Amino acid sequence: MKRAGFTNPWLPILLLVPQLSIIVVFFYWPAAWAIQSSFYLQDPFGFGSTFVGAENYTDIAQSVEYRKVAWFTVYFTAIVTFLSLSIALLLAVKADNVLRGAKTYRTLLMWVYAIAPPVAGFLGIMFFDQSHGPLTRFFGFFGWDFKLGVDYFDTATAMIIVAVWKQIPVNFIFFLSGLQSIPRSVREAALIDNNSGVRRFWDVTFPLLAPTAFFLLIINITYAMFDTFGIIDTMMKGEPGANPMTLVYKVYLDGFRGNDLGGSSAQSVVLMVLVLVLTIFQFRLIERRIHYT
Amino acid sequence: MADLTQTQIAQPTPTRLRFKWSAVFDHLVLIAGSLLMLMPLVYAFVTASYDPVTIHREGLALTFGDQLGTNFEKALLEKGGFTKTVDGMVMLKNSFILGIGFAVGKIIISMMAAYAIVYFRLRFATFAFWIIFTTLLLPLEVRILPSYEAIQRLGMANTYSGLIVPLIASATGTFFFRQFFRAVPEELVEAARIDGAGPVKFFIDILVPLSRTMIAAIFIIMFVFGWNQYLWPTLITTDESLFTLVRGIKQIVLTYSDAAIPEHGQALALAIVAMLPPVLIVIFFQSWFVKGLTESDK
Amino acid sequence: MAQVALEGIHKVYPNGFEAVQTCSFVIQDGEFVVLVGPSGCGKSTLLRMVAGLEEITEGTLRIGDRVVNDVDPADRNIAMVFQNYALYPHMTVSKNMGYGLKNRGLPKAEIDAKVQEAAKMLNLTDYLDRRPSQLSGGQRQRVAMGRAIVRQPDLFLFDEPLSNLDAKLRNQMRIEVRALQRRLGTTAVYVTHDQVEAMTMADRIIVLNGGRIEQIGTPKEIYNAPASTFVASFMGAPPMNVLNATVGSDKHVTLDEGLELPVAAPASSSGPILVGIRPEDLTLGEGSTPFDVQIVEELGAQRLLHGTLGGQAFSVSVSKDHEAATGTIPVGINPGAVHFFSRDDGFRI
Repeated sequence: MKRAGFTNPWLPILLLVPQLSIIVVFFYWPAAWAIQSSFYLQDPFGFGSTFVGAENYTDIAQSVEYRKVAWFTVYFTAIVTFLSLSIALLLAVKADNVLRGAKTYRTLLMWVYAIAPPVAGFLGIMFFDQSHGPLTRFFGFFGWDFKLGVDYFDTATAMIIVAVWKQIPVNFIFFLSGLQSIPRSVREAALIDNNSGVRRFWDVTFPLLAPTAFFLLIINITYAMFDTFGIIDTMMKGEPGANPMTLVYKVYLDGFRGNDLGGSSAQSVVLMVLVLVLTIFQFRLIERRIHYT
Repeated sequence: MADLTQTQIAQPTPTRLRFKWSAVFDHLVLIAGSLLMLMPLVYAFVTASYDPVTIHREGLALTFGDQLGTNFEKALLEKGGFTKTVDGMVMLKNSFILGIGFAVGKIIISMMAAYAIVYFRLRFATFAFWIIFTTLLLPLEVRILPSYEAIQRLGMANTYSGLIVPLIASATGTFFFRQFFRAVPEELVEAARIDGAGPVKFFIDILVPLSRTMIAAIFIIMFVFGWNQYLWPTLITTDESLFTLVRGIKQIVLTYSDAAIPEHGQALALAIVAMLPPVLIVIFFQSWFVKGLTESDK
Repeated sequence: MAQVALEGIHKVYPNGFEAVQTCSFVIQDGEFVVLVGPSGCGKSTLLRMVAGLEEITEGTLRIGDRVVNDVDPADRNIAMVFQNYALYPHMTVSKNMGYGLKNRGLPKAEIDAKVQEAAKMLNLTDYLDRRPSQLSGGQRQRVAMGRAIVRQPDLFLFDEPLSNLDAKLRNQMRIEVRALQRRLGTTAVYVTHDQVEAMTMADRIIVLNGGRIEQIGTPKEIYNAPASTFVASFMGAPPMNVLNATVGSDKHVTLDEGLELPVAAPASSSGPILVGIRPEDLTLGEGSTPFDVQIVEELGAQRLLHGTLGGQAFSVSVSKDHEAATGTIPVGINPGAVHFFSRDDGFRI
């Protein structure tokens, strides 16, 4: 709050009402509703619901299906995060090094940010098309008979590739920005102290990039867990069946296709808790952000 | 002793061409990365110049065919979908409405809220702040089911407002502006008060103009976000006349499994149209976009 | 320890901007040379070329016997102190100071010993485990110097290291830096825009303006025999008075407005000329030249009188013993302390 503020009593309330009311109606109400219905079992024929306590939760805990999806989510998140971060870091470091064409490279490398996940997924379908997708042929070279939509592992790989492709630009932008905010004189001092470019990077540049990297870690985890919905939905071509999916997709599937409102709500609540933990972790990190300056 | 001078030039050595292999390597890496990012688009665009049968037979192409114009025309103007009333232009229109409506709505509402929190002595300011803050905890996908219920109960399904409003229920915009307003010098408000400006005048005459670049930056990010919305429009718009381009892609993918020979060329053309506006905006307003991205996510 | 030789050094940027005009000079082993000039004169560019942080467009740079044009900064055996210290924010003071040594493969014990020694010299022993963010400006500056000392390089390079300190600290550090360099005997090149630093610290000064070297000389030479009006007015405060005058056929020097000055014109000149007189080279009360005082500035140890002499702006400085007031006073000009410069190019006659 500013020291020099206004003391008008009703104006601020007026200003806040739109934001708060939208939030209450479309955030808190749904969230509360989800929590509540997670304790009920809905009758499939629409005849009301029965209170079942924590049964929905125990069902989840014991469900093999859920565990499979959970493991895939973990695996998927880890790989997508690692790959998109490392590739983006490499590109950002090179883009920062290069004297000529820096702007062009930056444009070429970041535009993919603006593509919608389902569009990326659609491109993925074409690329991995069983008969003549270029990537299918490419993998075929190595003796890998790629079957998108049929083979679980193949589909998972394809999803990972598309998800990484889509996420590289964001990481690239942040890493580049982080690199450019390291004071030039510190880098020059390093030039005088150390003649090895690689050593200079790990001793001086990378530690100073750490705050950005941590921050991106959280962003990427959130992305892989939630924003890849469009990619996954598209690439399974509408047939979930035995295809890989993330936890958030299962929430959608069970809730909308399977009509298991109770189960779906319970799953949402589990995810809510997970995100809560992640966000707290992120804000703690920002506060204790390794501020060297 | 000092040999001064600019007039004596002892045999100057010719400029050496500093050829560094490391620089070549850097460029190679960057070129590889750029190709990686571009190839899918290139393939898509070129392939969209063929008729569906050829594509079905041969897959993605790298040399141009002759159906480019036709495919784009069909994508935009041929009425498809179940009711045969929707064409690409309608979807384009809807995408714009969603993108711009969302961005504008978000900016206005969050600026007002941030202004209220930062510049007023509110007793419950902190409380309001925390209410807004907690929305960062839950992305839409997680509360998708109940949000859908809420919209149904409010009778807002299949409406533009139903599409746009729930998306505004998150704190990112407010946070962004709050941070920006806090960085504005205190003296400005004091000078304004001395000049006789009340809170509304201060906001409109001074704060908003000051925030111009920030508004532009956020607008770009939000427009792209709104345009690219997928799950939400899929759920609450069953009326085809409200489909956005991105929603339309889903329809295409669905028909892929059914149709004998899907309209590949048209589909690709539509995908490209769906990509174009956000990509162009991001490219042409690059510096604002980058600024908005890096400053809003803190 | 090494000699630094610049031969035909020339710097032009790709966009055509000529930052440093072709120049040559030699810095002797153990010398403290100051590059001084206004912003944008090319002094930092010159320093950075010596450091290897800027490419040399033309010319040869030698440190010791080696030609180092294409040698990496880290291999030139130099150490640099930056204006904003450039300390590694994530490393402690001792790590900051030891980093350069670590990369040269020295054993840990030896590094520690050297760091301790340098810390003692700079009064930093208590701060070795702190991070830069926990230090004051002056302390950070000393760490930056410590980092340079510990390497025992052939050459020290200073890029306006004292500019970010407050005035009092600056005066103190000036003396410390110079004393340190004398003690170590290492050749040093120091860049500053502050002429006081240049005058008090340098063995020799190189004055630059617009990419061109105006003069190289000892502080005394620069002060007593400035090579151009630029050097004359840039070095020394308050600045030298420069008057527009003409040498008549009778060899009399007359100001443009008509007042004749009781000085002897240089033998070979005639026509328009510039006359330079330092404010302290005048005596109040004697002599025949009327000085019209308008403002008196009280500095404590001296007084500055500003006004006009023969219609042109003029200043005189006197010690605190001389009372002064506004009005017209006669002043005496010391004939030996008058400088003449050409009106065409500002160079000394």
